[in-house]
Amino acid sequence: MASKPRIGVFICHCGENIAGTVDVTGLAERIIDYDDVTFSTDYEYMCSDPGQNKIKEAIEEEDLNGVIVAACSPSMHEETFRSAVEEAGLNRYRCEIANIREQCSWVHDGDGSKPTEKALRIIKGAVEKVKRNIPMEPVEREHSDKCLVIGGGVAGIQAALDVAEAGNEVVLVEKEPTIGGHMAQLSETFPTLDCSQCILTPKMVEVNQHPNIELMAYSEVKDVSGYIGNYSVQIENKPTYVDPDACNLCGDCEDVCPVNVQDEFNQGLTSRKAISIPFAQAIPSSYTLDEEACLGLNPLRCSKCADVCDADAVDFDQSSKFIEEEFGAIIVATGYDLYPKEKMGEYGYGQYEDVIDGLQFERLLSATGPTRGEVRRPSDGKVPKDVVFVQCSGSRDPENHNSYCSKICCMYTAKHAKLYKESVPDGNAYVFYIDIRAGGKDYEEFIQEVQEEDRVLYLKGKVSKLKKVDGKLRVWGMDEIAGERMEIDADLVVLAQSIIPSSEAKDTSRKLNLNLGQNGFYKEAHPKLRPVESLTGGVFFAGAGQGPKDIPDTVSQGSGAAAKAIEMLSKPTLTHDPQVVEVDEDLCSGCGLCISQCPYDALEVNSRGVAEVNEILCEGCGTCASGCPTNALSLKNLTDEQLTEMIHAQIGD
Amino acid sequence: MLKSVIKMEFEPKLVGFLCKWCSSAGADLAGVSRRSYPSNLVPITVNCSGRIDVSHVIRAFRDGADGVLVSGCHPGDCHYTSGNYKAWRRVALLKHVLEDFGMNPDRVKLEWISATEGDKFAQTVKEFTKEIKELGPGPYSNVKERE
Amino acid sequence: MSKKESKKKVAAYWAASCGGCDVALLGLHERILDLLDFADIAFWPAATDFKYEDLKGYERNEIDLTFFNGGIRTSENREIAEIIREKSELLVAYGSCAHQGGIPGLANMSSNEELFETVYKNNPTTVNPEGVVPQELTEREEGNLNLPGLQERVKSLSQVVEVDYTVPGCPPPPELTEDFLDLLLAGNLPPKGSVVAGEKTVCDECSREWNKETIDEFHRPQEVEIDPDKCLLDQGIICMGPVTRSGCEASCPEANLPCKGCFGPPKKVEDQGTEMLNSLASVVQIGEEGGSLEGEKALLSNLPDTIGTFYNFSLANSIFGGKVSDGGNDEQE
Repeated sequence: MASKPRIGVFICHCGENIAGTVDVTGLAERIIDYDDVTFSTDYEYMCSDPGQNKIKEAIEEEDLNGVIVAACSPSMHEETFRSAVEEAGLNRYRCEIANIREQCSWVHDGDGSKPTEKALRIIKGAVEKVKRNIPMEPVEREHSDKCLVIGGGVAGIQAALDVAEAGNEVVLVEKEPTIGGHMAQLSETFPTLDCSQCILTPKMVEVNQHPNIELMAYSEVKDVSGYIGNYSVQIENKPTYVDPDACNLCGDCEDVCPVNVQDEFNQGLTSRKAISIPFAQAIPSSYTLDEEACLGLNPLRCSKCADVCDADAVDFDQSSKFIEEEFGAIIVATGYDLYPKEKMGEYGYGQYEDVIDGLQFERLLSATGPTRGEVRRPSDGKVPKDVVFVQCSGSRDPENHNSYCSKICCMYTAKHAKLYKESVPDGNAYVFYIDIRAGGKDYEEFIQEVQEEDRVLYLKGKVSKLKKVDGKLRVWGMDEIAGERMEIDADLVVLAQSIIPSSEAKDTSRKLNLNLGQNGFYKEAHPKLRPVESLTGGVFFAGAGQGPKDIPDTVSQGSGAAAKAIEMLSKPTLTHDPQVVEVDEDLCSGCGLCISQCPYDALEVNSRGVAEVNEILCEGCGTCASGCPTNALSLKNLTDEQLTEMIHAQIGD
Repeated sequence: MLKSVIKMEFEPKLVGFLCKWCSSAGADLAGVSRRSYPSNLVPITVNCSGRIDVSHVIRAFRDGADGVLVSGCHPGDCHYTSGNYKAWRRVALLKHVLEDFGMNPDRVKLEWISATEGDKFAQTVKEFTKEIKELGPGPYSNVKERE
Repeated sequence: MSKKESKKKVAAYWAASCGGCDVALLGLHERILDLLDFADIAFWPAATDFKYEDLKGYERNEIDLTFFNGGIRTSENREIAEIIREKSELLVAYGSCAHQGGIPGLANMSSNEELFETVYKNNPTTVNPEGVVPQELTEREEGNLNLPGLQERVKSLSQVVEVDYTVPGCPPPPELTEDFLDLLLAGNLPPKGSVVAGEKTVCDECSREWNKETIDEFHRPQEVEIDPDKCLLDQGIICMGPVTRSGCEASCPEANLPCKGCFGPPKKVEDQGTEMLNSLASVVQIGEEGGSLEGEKALLSNLPDTIGTFYNFSLANSIFGGKVSDGGNDEQE
């Protein structure tokens, strides 16, 4: 402080809470002798109105320029006292709290001399700090009102719709040619057995029609820079070679296309053409020419699709468009993938055609699927009479695969078994499980129904081995309840493959400076209290990218993330804690050691060869200030000098 | 005033650097739940355990501390993502160097204490106080003056 | 005013040092003539024949300027330092030892008894079957013989007397000494207490590029092929450049050698070695953040010769100043 420090120390009795253990009057008498303390007093309840008035009066009458309130934890009344100090005309950072209740009087007993000594040391430390505090004002700044949603599955769709409904512009980026995500692939949803597409497609249409949503399908986020409220994002819109406005979905192009490739939407169970549409209700409603599969665009080697297109929609001259936009908030909804089949050799996954995963079975059950809803196995199209469902395939197996529970497999396997039995009433369905986890509204009842009414045989145990024997898939497993080894000759095996974060998660986390947990899912700011926020300001999570979850949870989180984004975007300006790191350019040599220490990318060595702090990105942890070899960096109001003097005051005699 | 000639039990002076997001809140919780512990440790709340510098700790010993506690968020839970890892590495190297300087490295303790671990905070201070009592005065302890 | 009348007096002294700083003064070559134009030599044991009594005979502040090199190791070093301080208008701590205790300061990691044991008894090249060690006092019929005793610890000059200026380096580069003389002759000296060298650190003058963000292994310089363009720390070689005052034109790093820290810390750093340890620990990281804490701990805990590496010149000036005795109450100073 510019003028000589005049510190007032106000010691709270907190009734008997402090005064019962600490000699508060003695403290007030002793602290007045300490350097730069010019006023001290004690009072019954400092936080009461008369208590606060005492502080305000003393600031006025004693010409104080710093205040210590020795009372309860700063988490209780720091705001109260700082506001009081502000009302008396001092900057709020001229007030510090000495915590002599939670961290002193409440935890020490005895004759009171020891707690009193400790309280005195705590107060001395606070005096040393406050007299070196500088006045600070919150940093305010403008922000963009737009929201970017990455991922067009049901989580992203819900989030985009909610944000758009609140009046904010949204750009929804989806890497595939259509939005809808995995939910569009599902046949029915548990436990109500609603048709998945029937409930999803109206939302997809709404996205397409919403005036506040700009849909960018077949697009990817290439680069993100900036910070909360002001993210600058580059998006690549890949060429579909078909003008969506002209395309009338007649399908003539598809008929003449000579190239067949695996159909991703049907999980590879069928093939599609190089020019195709994922499914009839795809949004955007248009064909896409798969550049990789096409016989050749440059030079053009086929052109049959263009020749046959009456609408003149095929345009071989399209190329990637790069769009740069500013966003205030970003919602990350990149979803999930299934654990790769290459890693499940023990179950013959990837080796036998009739060992399939849950999503493939969804397609077999779906009315829009390759078999139009009839359960026919991939190898020969026969209706399987014995079907084995294997739960926890790749989940809950820390030694070989993933340690975590994929959460939704118990429920969808039950659904699969039920739908199979409805489709093939004389067939046998076996489910191998470790435990049944059916926490959720009406979930347990659903499992009961499947076990009892649908006569699906549930076997508690793991499958040890699977091999083809005499044309059948022989499954070896344990029935732990009966205590018997089981051998089942199956026609079809369905693996409830573990859910893993989508392949985009890693890339997205790098671009947005997000944290991934040990299993690769996005790490939320707090597992209990901030489940949709990331630690990067203005970036929120929705859906299975943050952890395996079913549709209701995914939709809830989509809405949750939207609410958080709206809350932020609706503020006229954003404020930022002014306690940030500053650089003394005379001391900095630009060694660059600070840069990697900053978790927020708030530091750079500028063109003048010295470190520069982006005050808006800096969260004020002070890690770099400690790690700076020249002490050119310092954290405002917790400088090295302050810490050194606090240590000295609290330890020295 | 009479000069006391009775040798008092050694009461170590301990300083505790506590992260405000976790350990200081944990200490508050210990208070709220009245978990009593010795008063030897004087807390200094900092924004992050990553704010602590090796020289702060050495400075504390030079000023007469007999032990120093650095307490931050559990691995993976740092409020600032990774400050606690920086603290971990600094303390690891500090212990190595203290040993070279002839000091018992156990005079520095690094502990992860979350906001919900009031018991752990109380227990940590209890144990640390006991450990330092057993180690005796630190190199610059001015215990003589207080006898 | 004639030249003769205005001639000043300059002195130089060596305390606990290797003699390199005296050679560095001579390294001024013809510039030393400028100095001699300006002043007469009042005392310089390495170059001229003056005695203790001559020094004692000067008036207070009669010597205009003294270059003092070497740390304070013996009672004699201390005594002369105190006399010189009294007789000198300006006292310059010249070179790393006077500035920070220097390499002799590393002896502070051992007690004097240990030093005597090593030097006079247990040294493999020493033959001393009777275990004779020098004594401070030897009584003979002809009279008593006195040798100056070792101080408890090696200290830097400023820990013993007030120092006006510091010219750092081991030894100070001639250019730096010339700079000081230029400032002096021009009557343009900075405020007292200044270190006459750069204001920043060696990194500021070093042309190497720091690319990598973290360090995951350490090498000694002789173990690896050093990339001449990349920062040495970046290559896992411990370089004291980030905590060492500039002014040497980064001569060691530019010659493919790590900085050892001879210029001492920059302005706001109290303890050069500790600061570097701290910074180094801050940027060590193996793999993903948080992924290999034990590996990092092992890496940091196995750094060889930490005191010799990080406190090579600055141990005497460090916060601890040398080895401390734990578990006891003995005052260190």
